[in-house]
Amino acid sequence: MAGFDKVVSSYEEAMAGLKDNMTVIAGGFGLCGIPENLINEIKRKGTKGLTLVSNNCGVDDFGLGILLPDRQIKKIIASYVGENAEFERQMMAGELDVELTPQGTLAEKMRAGGAGIPAFFTATGYGTPVAEGKEDRQFNGRNYILEEAIIGDFAIVKAWKADRYGNLVFRKTARNFNPMAATAGKITVVEVEEIVEPGALDPDQIHTAGIYVDRLIQGTFEKRIEQRTTRPSTSQGDK
Amino acid sequence: MALSREQIAQRVAQELQDGYYVNLGIGIPTLVANYVPENMEVMLQSENGLLGMGQFPTEEEIDADLINAGKQTVTMVKGASIFDSAESFAMVRGGHVDLTVLGAFEVDVNGNIASYMIPGKLIKGMGGAMDLVAGADNIIVTMTHASKHGVSKLLSNCTLPLTGKGCIKKVLTDLAFIEIKDGKFHLLERAPGISVEEIKKLTEGELIVTGDIPEMVF
Repeated sequence: MAGFDKVVSSYEEAMAGLKDNMTVIAGGFGLCGIPENLINEIKRKGTKGLTLVSNNCGVDDFGLGILLPDRQIKKIIASYVGENAEFERQMMAGELDVELTPQGTLAEKMRAGGAGIPAFFTATGYGTPVAEGKEDRQFNGRNYILEEAIIGDFAIVKAWKADRYGNLVFRKTARNFNPMAATAGKITVVEVEEIVEPGALDPDQIHTAGIYVDRLIQGTFEKRIEQRTTRPSTSQGDK
Repeated sequence: MALSREQIAQRVAQELQDGYYVNLGIGIPTLVANYVPENMEVMLQSENGLLGMGQFPTEEEIDADLINAGKQTVTMVKGASIFDSAESFAMVRGGHVDLTVLGAFEVDVNGNIASYMIPGKLIKGMGGAMDLVAGADNIIVTMTHASKHGVSKLLSNCTLPLTGKGCIKKVLTDLAFIEIKDGKFHLLERAPGISVEEIKKLTEGELIVTGDIPEMVF
């Protein structure tokens, strides 16, 4: 590895330095666009006491949900959770600390963290349980609450393609939280489906610039689907 | 007769306008997409980062990288665009979405809404609902007027933890179309065959009835 080349050769190397009690920001929405192999590596390492920042927490046997059985997660900051039985059990038993955060606020917390903005005002959550203990203020007659930025010791990200310099392109709605997560990690690790040579990606079409990326690895992905909804194909006739 | 889920969706669809960008919540609101009038163009926003959500894919079209906010596989319409979650909620909070339709457990005369949490039960989270109610000006809440046991969900004060404060102006239930203003419910329309008295009986918050209340027309 030299210069701007961010490519690492193993998942072990990709997650080197992750220690107990660190904060990890993860991209993904549901099971879409999640860094599935990087999550597997965290499970393999057995790192414990983690604070995870992610919109969701996977399902029982896929995504971040696989970190639950060995109690690797101490706290999760998410907008929507509980789509797995073990999560529900740990939450109800008080073994897992859950900080529910509105989805837009969560995205903005990551964006702000990566952009050097320590906090921001938002109307979201004013007058609700989310506002408890937070400063509020009026602007132009409307009430807003102060929300603080989030920075992770690690950010784990899934992109579609990258060049060796870590310039990233995402695909369809697998983009979701990944670009913000990429900016908000002290160490940002990205896994992609394909790595190309610098210059092979059109600079105008790059979603995330390589400056945010520390380590890059090419993986193979299961891409599990959470809700497989279809319509009959027109060739089969009826609607 | 109380409206069916489909009829609620159908009545909401009458509020659509050509060129509207619309966010539809999970459940009954999703059904609104089935009743977009012909010769009208509406673009559906899905808060996970898609403007221009299309119908479900065929088996052959399924793409794990293309889902909606309910995590269902979907397609894109011609002219769709993709963006990240921060940008998606910039659209929402910035007031760029023309109409938001979402469900609720309770609403009250002050425009408060409770929709995400029942204490003592499993708490799954608010997802994007708090951002949507805080950011949108034009919101229609769809819900049943009362519980199975006849307990009103249109209250003088919400009893459950709030999703948003003072942000709801229109509610469409299986019995009535109601506007919220000046700290009161105002009855605009009745479901076909439902009397004003029946609606009054199932509305705990103060309900203002002015003149003859028309039945909904489908």
